[in-house]
Amino acid sequence: MATEEGKIDPMYQFEVQTILEGFSLGGQQIAFTNSAVWMLVAVAGLWVFMLGGMKRELVPGRWQMMVEGFTGFIDNMMEANIGPAGRKYAPYVFSLFMFILFSNVFGLLPVGVLGLHPFTVTSHLTVTGVLAIMSFSIVLIVGFAKHKLHFFSLFIPHGTPLPMIPFIFIVELLSFLVRPFSLALRLFVAMTAGHILLKVLAGFVINSTNAGAGYGVLVGIPSFALMIGISALELLVAVVQAYVFALLTSLYINDAENLH
Amino acid sequence: MPQIDQIAATYGSQIFWLLLTFGFTFLVIGLGMFPKIQGTVDARDKRIADDLEAARTANSKADELEESYRVKMEKDRSEAQAVVEASKAKANAAAEKRKTKANADIAAKLAAAESDIKARSDEALKEIESVSAEVAQDMVAKISGAKVTKAAALKETKAALKHG
Repeated sequence: MATEEGKIDPMYQFEVQTILEGFSLGGQQIAFTNSAVWMLVAVAGLWVFMLGGMKRELVPGRWQMMVEGFTGFIDNMMEANIGPAGRKYAPYVFSLFMFILFSNVFGLLPVGVLGLHPFTVTSHLTVTGVLAIMSFSIVLIVGFAKHKLHFFSLFIPHGTPLPMIPFIFIVELLSFLVRPFSLALRLFVAMTAGHILLKVLAGFVINSTNAGAGYGVLVGIPSFALMIGISALELLVAVVQAYVFALLTSLYINDAENLH
Repeated sequence: MPQIDQIAATYGSQIFWLLLTFGFTFLVIGLGMFPKIQGTVDARDKRIADDLEAARTANSKADELEESYRVKMEKDRSEAQAVVEASKAKANAAAEKRKTKANADIAAKLAAAESDIKARSDEALKEIESVSAEVAQDMVAKISGAKVTKAAALKETKAALKHG
């Protein structure tokens, strides 16, 4: 939208840029991109964070307390949503939650001040799609391995009148099949929308100030104030979206584990 | 929207790097570190639960001790009470016995003294009678010259004395 003015493009932040050409795999160029850099940064950050929790002291320090807070949070979530059987899925859901959380938060870091180019991994449909497909595959594998074809009874709620069963079955099946898309789209859209909003407002600040001091005071300062508020909101969204992704994954696993 | 415009050109590298990084996250952090931290928390929770349990046991033991102490106290006190009661009763009985004995002695002495007094007063009365009879005999003889027998005088005096 802003490309015609040739100045600020709020979508530019989502562009994947090749840093190293890499290699080719099945016709696809596997390049080392800025997206890969930020994935590695997120994982490195997560790894450092987790190392602080590995002191395994009886009386935890602040860092260990923080790490244990996160693990306990996921543990409780699995316990509450799935029950005692949920513990074996906790490592996966924990990895998912922390990976999304660190990607979201690192994408919001103001590293632009240092001349670097921030990139939010989770604002890409390919990434969120793969994560959603992973969660959905686990649900399918666990469901069919545990209940065999009986897993299809998930689509018929208890007490459905007999003539309604075919319709209900189709509706429930559709809602089940939509799950990976809604899971992927929710995170992708939430991240993308917030970042676009921040960039548009930042564009307002720059363009209005360039147009003159009066415009800068009239438009730039309110936009900047709004940006501060929205940045705080985006931090909240970053945490909430990671939580929602992990929560929905645990709920879907619960369906597979306990059927109803 | 570059996410969609670039999808055909970049999906391979995006998925490759995601699987690499998320795989590392899952294997090293999810499967390696997470259970250890969970174990630490579980061990701590267990330790706290055990300590609480031990404290609870010690507390109930102390309560039991106090209860048994209290029961023993009660028993000792009632025993002492019984001993005091018994000795009191014994002392009372002894005192009672001594009192009755003393009463009997006093009564016997009193009876002896009374009979002694009675005997003496009878004797004295007899003496008075015989003396007054003699006086009356002498008075009659002196005044009227009539002789009165000693027996008649005694009879008269007795009657007069009886009337006072």
